[in-house]
This record gives sequence, structure tokens and C-alpha cells, in this order.
Amino acid sequence: MIHSLFLINSSGDIFLEKHWKSVVSRSVCDYFFEAQERATEAENVPPVIPTPHHYLLSVYRHKIFFVAVIQTEVPPLFVIEFLHRVVDTFQDYFGVCSELVIKDNVVVVYEVLEEMLDNGFPLATESNILKELIKPPTILRTVVNTITGSTNVGDQLPTGQLSVVPWRRTGVKYTNNEAYFDVIEEIDAIIDKSGSTITAEIQGVIDACVKLTGMPDLTLSFMNPRLLDDVSFHPCVRFKRWESERILSFIPPDGNFRLLSYHVSAQNLVAIPVYVKHNISFRDSSSLGRFEITVGPKQTMGKTIEGVIVTSQMPKGVLNMSLTPSQGTHTFDPVTKLLSWDVGKINPQKLPSLKGTMSLQAGASKPDENPTINLQFKIQQLAISGLKVNRLDMYGEKYKPFKGIKYMTKAGKFQVRT
Amino acid sequence: MQTDNLELKKLVYLYLMNYAKSQPDMAIMAVNTFVKDCEDPNPLIRALAVRTMGCIRVDKITEYLCEPLRKCLKDEDPYVRKTAAVCVAKLHDINAQLVEDQGFLDTLKDLISDSNPMVVANAVAALSEIAESHPSSNLLDLNPQSINKLLTALNECTEWGQIFILDCLASYMPKDDREAQSICERVTPRLSHANSAVVLSAVKVLMKFMEMLSKDLDYYGTLLKKLAPPLVTLLSAEPELQYVALRNINLIVQKRPEILKHEMKVFFVKYNDPIYVKLEKLDIMIRLASQANIAQVLAELKEYATEVDVDFVRKAVRAIGRCAIKVEQSAERCVSTLLDLIQTKVNYVVQEAIVVIKDIFRKYPNKYESVIATLCENLDSLDEPEARAAMIWIVGEYAERIDNADELLESFLEGFHDESTQVQLQLLTAIVKLFLKKPTETQELVQQVLSLATQDSDNPDLRDRGYIYWRLLSTDPVAAKEVVLAEKPLISEETDLIEPTLLDELICYIGTLASVYHKPPSAFVEGSRGVVHKSLPPRTGSSESAESPEAAPTGAPPGEQPAVIPAQGDLLGDLLNLDLGPPVTGPPLTAAPVQMGAVDLLGGGLDSLMGDEAEGMGGTNFAAPPAGTMPANLGAPIGGGLGDLFDLTSGVGSLSGSYVAPKAVWLPAMKAKGLEISGTFTRQVGSISMDLLLTNKALQVMSDFAIQFNRNSFGLAPAAPLQVHAPLSPNQTVEISLPLNTVGSVMKMDPLNNLQVAVKNNIDVFYFSTLYPLHILFVEDGKMERQMFLATWKDIPNENEAQFQIKDCPLNAEAVSSKLQASNIFTIAKRNVEGQDMLYQSLKLTNSIWVLAELRVQPGNPNLTVRLLAAPPRSLAHSLAHSLAHTHTDTHTPTHTHTHTHTHTHTREGRLQHQEEEILCSKSPCPLEGPRRHPRPPSPASSRAGAAVGA
Repeated sequence: MIHSLFLINSSGDIFLEKHWKSVVSRSVCDYFFEAQERATEAENVPPVIPTPHHYLLSVYRHKIFFVAVIQTEVPPLFVIEFLHRVVDTFQDYFGVCSELVIKDNVVVVYEVLEEMLDNGFPLATESNILKELIKPPTILRTVVNTITGSTNVGDQLPTGQLSVVPWRRTGVKYTNNEAYFDVIEEIDAIIDKSGSTITAEIQGVIDACVKLTGMPDLTLSFMNPRLLDDVSFHPCVRFKRWESERILSFIPPDGNFRLLSYHVSAQNLVAIPVYVKHNISFRDSSSLGRFEITVGPKQTMGKTIEGVIVTSQMPKGVLNMSLTPSQGTHTFDPVTKLLSWDVGKINPQKLPSLKGTMSLQAGASKPDENPTINLQFKIQQLAISGLKVNRLDMYGEKYKPFKGIKYMTKAGKFQVRT
Repeated sequence: MQTDNLELKKLVYLYLMNYAKSQPDMAIMAVNTFVKDCEDPNPLIRALAVRTMGCIRVDKITEYLCEPLRKCLKDEDPYVRKTAAVCVAKLHDINAQLVEDQGFLDTLKDLISDSNPMVVANAVAALSEIAESHPSSNLLDLNPQSINKLLTALNECTEWGQIFILDCLASYMPKDDREAQSICERVTPRLSHANSAVVLSAVKVLMKFMEMLSKDLDYYGTLLKKLAPPLVTLLSAEPELQYVALRNINLIVQKRPEILKHEMKVFFVKYNDPIYVKLEKLDIMIRLASQANIAQVLAELKEYATEVDVDFVRKAVRAIGRCAIKVEQSAERCVSTLLDLIQTKVNYVVQEAIVVIKDIFRKYPNKYESVIATLCENLDSLDEPEARAAMIWIVGEYAERIDNADELLESFLEGFHDESTQVQLQLLTAIVKLFLKKPTETQELVQQVLSLATQDSDNPDLRDRGYIYWRLLSTDPVAAKEVVLAEKPLISEETDLIEPTLLDELICYIGTLASVYHKPPSAFVEGSRGVVHKSLPPRTGSSESAESPEAAPTGAPPGEQPAVIPAQGDLLGDLLNLDLGPPVTGPPLTAAPVQMGAVDLLGGGLDSLMGDEAEGMGGTNFAAPPAGTMPANLGAPIGGGLGDLFDLTSGVGSLSGSYVAPKAVWLPAMKAKGLEISGTFTRQVGSISMDLLLTNKALQVMSDFAIQFNRNSFGLAPAAPLQVHAPLSPNQTVEISLPLNTVGSVMKMDPLNNLQVAVKNNIDVFYFSTLYPLHILFVEDGKMERQMFLATWKDIPNENEAQFQIKDCPLNAEAVSSKLQASNIFTIAKRNVEGQDMLYQSLKLTNSIWVLAELRVQPGNPNLTVRLLAAPPRSLAHSLAHSLAHTHTDTHTPTHTHTHTHTHTHTREGRLQHQEEEILCSKSPCPLEGPRRHPRPPSPASSRAGAAVGA
């Protein structure tokens, strides 16, 4: 099981450690530092590192390495999942998860970690239960605590841990009963030079924010549940109902949670809402290269594409770029060679474009690699897979809740090769 | 501490946990409160108390923990029980003996049938953890009832609990396919869990139990279909999760490629994937490549070859080559893609491309030679040894088509000593090939390279190869041509596949560290001496016989293994410069010498042996062959000499000659790549011979046999080369009698009559050891004169005497005497004392040691009593006496009688000092040995002219 946890920042300092069994010396992290040194970038540090007596499993999030130490054969996914859960919990508690925030709230962090694992076994990982045990810090509470000298440890017992629905605490009360569901889809795609799709898939999630009194029992049904053939549910969803009726039936956790995530695979045809026309050329003889990008809408079901950001990692040989955008702003970092163009909204009548020249190292041969264009965008009120919620019903409680559904499509890993 | 304020209580507990270790005496004062809190009406406080107590790693406290823990394990509240279950694991970590003594393990086992799913999950988790440090104990003894309990709990416990339960389920072996199917049905819903660890654990259970399902079942197909989506979904998670998932998918696609055959696209690499994800994806892409999707894959790979990351680009280029080898139809496209890449002139791309093109030439000889010209253009840009070696191989292989091959190779030769060994070896071979193809123009070149390799190099491999070529060329250029330019076996693309038995084991470890490293846990988990090897369940079911033929393509049985590339250690393969081929997976330990350590292996060392090698050898019967190899020897190594003589019931020992033991298997086929050797030793009219029975149990023809003995106690050595006249075709057996003499080098062996033998054939060199019966060393003139006998008898000190009994030998004195005489044990005198016949006998060993014996035969008593006295050559009597001193202690065991007489008799010129010399060291005519003795072998040119050739 999980022995210890080390938090390491990107400059290689261990700024927090927690041991659930006997203490493992810090020096075990030397193996991690070695691997870190070998990897050129932080992202490339391998997640599983063997050492003579321990195994180090790490995740890299928010510029922090969370390194778990294990000593016996433990499923690595179990450890990695748990580490991600730790990060999510921190984020949930403190809003952001950064070295500074963790250091500021070190007491709460230790308290939380103590509750999350017992002897390396996960104990309470549901954020609802945790928050009952240890209250998240707020400005008001910090002030009160400093004055009264009290701490964040909850004075109630986590009754939720005893119930059959451990994800929900008992005795929830709201004056406004509301349940919101966000259907968010991300398109992962690789588009080749000529504009045809190499691979495209949709990663969808339904995130919920449920603030309902008592023990409500909800059912959610879809217009086209057939789309969902590859789904992962929150533990609250009754799988049998889904199997037989294709209806989501569940007693929701209190507050924010991810009800379901789904995957629409490459085999189903995925509509690509945007296209990129590009002309990036280097010439052998001259030290100047041409650069031209145009972004335009495609299959958007009549919705506007917003928040478009184009980024591209230019080859090392590019010294500088002089470009003019038809809209938005652009930056080019001559050190990291990263070009970023914040386009904003796409107006179908007047397509945004970025044109200009690149100056290359004089005398050097033309770069071997072609830059890949990375695209970000958002489309409100559209789930690109076509998924639609049919209705939401509540049983078990008398009141009438306020219900809301929102759809959104975003670019995930959307890449255009040139 | 006795506060009711929970917050304060928690903080105090936390404080205790941290400081108990440094101040154990103070901590003990808190025990009372813990005990009290364990009886608090509030279950949460009870749980908190028992949880905290377990975290205080102080022995004194743990003693007090037992009672409260026992109570909590039976608590009415599930929350307390669940916490207590984990506490047992904690306690076990601190003091395992205590846990066993207190019977907590049984209580924990009972908790598996608890009504609350969380309690079940925690009990399973705790038991699994304890079981890990106690591999032998049968803690998780699963039966259909407990399985049912687990499956019920599975649906209701937390995600972490589900992982523990699924892992536990995976170690269960269902009775039949029906049970397997019903478990699968109940596990399948876990594939839709949001927690990827749950998903992967479920995949493990399904992959394992699927093995038991018949392929004709509809359910089998449904299950296959259900497995794909969750695996694909894992790939959209965070990169760290992706990595672990990809490592596991790599195993799954090898085991059951059909699951993901349509999902190629999800493995396409995104440019901002971390490098460890990229490399894994690439690996899986190649595994999934087939004729149907090869175009797409190639286009992708070509794209990757222009990326920035050098490691990734290299692997992508290599992948193109692997595709060419794997999918024959695509070879042409692959080659043209590689040529395009070479045109980019990017240095490392060109080098990688040349390395893979060499492999393509090996796979499709005489097909794509048109590209050689392009390759030659890039000769100068190659700076990596592997690429240089590949290029040199190509030049040598196609020397007849490259006009300026000699110039090219000569240019490499200039900096011969600065090259790496790999390049040097290749250069040597290539020039020899060139010489054989164009002998007229390249004589100088070949002499130059041979002298460079043999005289100016310190590398033994290079030197040896140089000498071998040299001798080969000088003795018989025609043979050299046959050997060096022989048709090379084709290579196959599946060389990096995991060996099937290992794969099956790894499938049982899906989701664990073992699956990330692709090694069985025994290979890396600390302290796992007794790790139980898991194996896939055998397929059961009614349609077994019907589907066995089609089981072949999916399971990749050993028969399908590409046997085309000889193993790295293969002697002849090495000569033929096949060492450029990709490494071969497979059991590398086939030719381990069978030493007398076999006794140990069978005894104490068995565990480790089974642990490490049984899997590789494909079964648990590995340890059996050595036992069968030397049945008599193990039982009575030395006594065999005499015991066998008296073994009159067998009827083998005829009066006409000395006793001949039946042939025993010395070298099982399994350990010698299909060559089985059995044999025995005989002595007839003054000559010793080794009767061998060679059986070829492999599928290929064996030839070029040779035999060598290691130095041994009596200097036994072959008197003539091992002559097998015709190559041994599969399933053929040949009987050979190898004459032996005793003029070889002497070294004391333990046991004394141990003989280590090396047998070589065209496949490999194999080693085995055997024990020879001592009576083959009894010479014919062993009859001592009476006077001499008497004198010697008196002279021999007491220390040189041994006495033992031979049981169940109902013969009279005459019969014994005549029987022994057949084996050169001569009766000198006979007396009758008090109704007992006393026979006085003498024998002489080949090294002139006399042994005298007194044999007492009582009529009516089947037991013979023997007194043995050893008479050394006088000069050595002193040292002999000394050496015999310790033999005296075990005189009653006939196995160790007089043998130590010879212990120190042969310190001729300090030969013992050379004990660690290699096994093939004797002076017999080994063809490969020759040149070493000749510091300056004759040049090939002169020998061709008919000059004398070195021995």
C-alpha cells in the first residue's frame, strides 16, 4: 500500500512529506531527481521509477510532482488514481493547487492527508465526507480561527461514512433547491496537411452541481442514449438500471461532482467544427520563410465559435516572426519559439488570418520538422456528438427543484499538422 | 485525552502517533484511554481509537492493543469492524507472530463473509497485504461461497475496495467454464467505472477467466467486444494513467490481438504527448499493424519521422522497418518511405534507416538491392556503430553487385582500431565474404584484416573469429565458402514478442507493477522468494477438442515461435555473422551444466530453481530430468563401482566381461536443444570406452559433433575424436563407442568420479556431468603376488582402511570370486575361519594405486563384509595417510569408501592450480582450438598453394 508521499516542486525541492507507515527517508527521492534530470521536460519524467527497495509513482500537476512511495506490489493505477484524487481534493479545498497555497495551508493539508489514507488504505476520498471532517479554509474562518484559536477540524462526526450512500452526507438542507448539469464535450483530433481528419474522438463528461435538500433520488434520461456505448459512471449511478433501461438513476452527492464521462470513438463520424488553412514554407536559399494561417468554421450547426487560440511550436531555426493578424493579438517568444495567437470569435463573413514572414538563422539549412498547430476553441450550447438530455425527474422528496442543463463543446487535443 | 471534544482528541492522537516512538514510556500512559475509547458508545470514537492505536509502532502498546482489537473486530457497527480489519494488517506489520498467536487471521477470514460490503473489502485488502509477506500461508482460501460474497460486496463497496476485491477474485481458479462465465458476467459492469484502477483490475479478471471459456460461446464474443471501449477510454485519461494502461494494453494485444484490432487510431501519437506515452503507443501500433491498416500506419510513421524528439524519431524509423518485415505486402512501400527519409539527409534518420534496411534485406533477400546505391551515397555520414556495422554488412553481403566494394571496405579498414567491436567484427566478416566472392583482387585486403584482427586486437571475440576465418580459408576455401556464404535463415518480425509462458503469467498480473515492467514479480519484487506463480487457467468445456486446432493462432504456442534466428550464444550462428539479427527472446539457460549440485537443486535449492526457471522452461517438471539423468550415481556415486559388481540380480553383469551399467540419460533433450545423450562406461580387454547413444529430438539436422572432457581425477580423456559419420536427422539415434584413455590432465573432482563433458554440434555446445563407475579403472594386471600382498597389507596404516557391508548378496565365495575377477578384482588367497570364507583380493587402478580387500562370506548370511585397504605408491604414502584421515569417519556408508585414497596423489607439476580454466581445455583435437597454439598461422594464400597447415 502507499507508504509515503513527497511533494516536489519543479526546481527539485521537497516541500512536503507525509508518511502513513514507518518513515521512508527523503533520500529515496534521489532516484526521482535522477530521472527528472534525464527527462528534458517535466512532463517527460516517467511515472513509474524503480529503486532498489521502493517504487516511486508520480503524477505531475500544477507544476508539482506528487511522488508516492510504495514498497510492495501495489496496482500502479490505484496509486496514480489516488494521487490525482489528492490533487483534486486540494484544488477543491483551496481553489488552486500550488506550492504557495499548500505551504500556506499546511495544517489542513496534513489533516486531509491523514484522513484520506489509513495505513496506506484509502479511507475517505469523497470530498463531501472530507469536508465534513475538515472544513475548507475561508477568509472568514481564518479570521475567526486566529481570534478564537480554533482550528479547521470539524466538530461533527462524519456520519456519511457509515451510510450506504457514503458519497452523500445526511441532513442536507437548502432553501433554494437546484440541480444543474453541464454536458461538456472535448474534441481530440489530428488533422493532416491536406485538411482531412486522421483521427477524431469526443471525450464527454456530465458535471453536476446538485444542491437539494434531504435524500433525493434522481433519474436522468437521454434522447439518444445509443451514443453512450463507452461510459464511466460516478459510483452513485445504479448500473443495472442503465443496462436495462438506459436511464441514469442515482442519489446524488451533495455539491459538485462528475456524474459520468463518456467516449465517442473514432469509428463514429465526428463532426469537425473548424478548419485551418495554412501555408508555412521555408526556402533553402533565403533566410526568410512565409507564414500564413486562416481559421474558418465548418459543421458548427449554426453556433458561433469562440475563444479561439492558435498556438504553434516553431522550429528552433526560426529567429523571429513578423506577422500581422486580421483580428486578435499574437505573441512569439523567441526563446521557447512558441507562437500564440489569441483570435477570439470567428466571424464567418470575415475569416481571421495571420500573415507574415519568419526570419531564419542565416546560412543554416531549412528546418527538418514541420510545426504542428494546436487549436483551442469553445462552442456554447452545442454538444457536438448530438447528445441531448431528455428529462430529469426527482423522487423521494416533496419539493420541486429548479433544474438546468447546459451544453458546451471545446477543443481537447486538437492538432493540425502542416 | 479524556476530553469529549473530538477535535482535541484527534490532535492528541496525532501527537501521540508522532512522538510515541521517541518516548515509548510516556506513550504507554495513554493506553488506558485508548482501551476506554474503544468502548465508547460512539462508533466513530471507537474506530478512531483502534485506528490510532495501530499507528503507534511501539511494542509495549501493541500488546495492549490485542484485547480492544478483538472486541472491535466483532463490533456491532460496520464502521468499527472495517477500521479494525485494517488494524490487523497494521499490527501484522509490527509484530506478525503476535497476530498469528492471537488468532486475528481467522477472525479476519471470517470478516470476508461479513454482511457489510465495506468490511468485506477492507478484510480482503488486509488479508492481501498480509498474504504478500506470507506467500506460503493459504490466507485467501477462496471457495464458491466466499466468491459469491465477494461478488455481492463488489457492487456496493467503495472504488478502492472494488480494486482489492477484483484483485482477489483474479487469484481464484473457477471450477469450470460455467462458473468462470458467471463471474465474468458479474464483473463486467466494473468496466464502466470512473476509476481506471477498477477498470484495469476488472480487465485482469476477465482476461484471465476468458481463458476458460469456449470460443464458440456467444458470450465469448460479447466479452471481447466489451473489453475494447474501456481500454480505449483509459487512453483519454491523464498521461501517467495512459502510460500504465498502454503497458498493459501491450500485453493484451499480444495475448488477444482481436480485442483492439479496429482501434488503431486511438494509438496515433499527439505531438504533445509525453515521450514515455509516445514510445509505448508506437510499440502498440506496430503490434496492431496488419494488411488492412498498413497504409494509414505508414503515413503516420512517416509523419513521426519528421518530429523533433530524436529518440522518438529513431523509434519511428525503426517501426517502419518492422512494419516491412511484419506485413509483406507493405515491404515495398516501407522501403520507398525509408528511401524518402534517407533523402532528408537528417543524420540520425539516415542511420536508423540503414539499420532497418539491413533487416529488410535479411527478410526479403534479393528483392530491394536496387537501393544499395542510395545507401552507399550516405556512407560517410554514418558515425554510429550500429549503422556502420549494418552498412558494412550490406556491402559484404552484396559485394558482387557493388563494383567498388573493396574500396568501400578498405576505407573502413583504415581506422580499424578506432571502431567499436561490433563494427570490427562486421568488417572482418564482410571482407572475408568479399574475398570469397572476388578472390583475385582482394587477397591483400583479407590478409590485412586477418592480421589486424588476430594480432593487433585485444578483443578475444575478434581474435577468435579472425583465427576461425583464417583457418577456414587456409584449410579448405570451398568449405569456407559453404560456411561463410551459406544461405542465412530468414528473420521474423515477432522477435520482440514476449515469450508465451511469460505472457500468460503476466496476463495474470495485469494492472500491477509486473505488467508495467513486463517481468514476473519474482524477478523484481523484494523478498518474494516464495511468490506463487500464477498461470492462466486451462480451457475447459465441452467443445474443447473441437476448438483446439483453432486455439493455435491466438495463443502463439511454442511451435509457432520463430525459431529462425539462432540464439545469441549459438556458436555456429555466430560464425556466420548472424549476430546482427535482433535479439531472441526465449529461455537462455538451456545449456546450463548439470553438475553434482543437482542433489542440492533437488533439495533445498528447489524453491529458487522452480521460481526462476520453471516458467522459462515451460513447466514445473524442470527439476525432474537431472534426477533421471543419473539415477545410480546420485544414490551411490562410488559404491557404484563395487555395489554394481555385486548387483547380481540384474543379470547384466555377465561373466565374460566387466560389469556394464545400463545406459542412463546424461543430457536430456530439453536442455540441449533437442539433442539427447545417454550412455554408460565399459571396460573390455584393457580398454575403457564410453558407449553413447545420441538421439536427435529436434526438428533440424545435427552434424559436426565433437566431445571434450574436463580435467578429472583419473585423467580420463577421449582417445579418439567423436565420430558421427552422417549428420543426425530428426528422430534418428546413433550408437557410438568412444574409446577413452587415462592420459589426460588430472584434477581432483568432487565427488571423485565426477566427469564433466562438453558436447558440441552445429547448434550449440552443451555441458553435462556424469559419474563413471570406478571399476572401469581396474587394470588387468591387478593381481598382486602373495608375498607382496602380505607385506603391503601389513604396511598400510590403519587410517587407510575402510570397512563396510554389502547387503543381500547370496553367493558363495567361488561365485563372488569369479564375478569379481571379470572386473579385474583378483583373489589372492582364501581362508576359512570359523565357518566363514575370507577372500583376500587385490586390484590396481590405472594410476598404479593398489587396493587390497578382505571379503568375508558367511554361508547362509546374504551380507558380505568388506575391508578395504588402499596402498599408495610409496613416495606418496605420507600425504595419502593424511588425506585419508577424514574419510575414516564415514566408513560405514559404502558410498564413500576407499575413494579418498587418490585425493592428493596427482599433484603433478601443480596442475591443480589451473582449476578455473575453461572446460574445453584438454589436448584432444578440437577444430576450433588449433590456431591458438600457433602464434602465427600460415597465411591463407600460402596454404592454398599447398603448404603445410597447422595442426
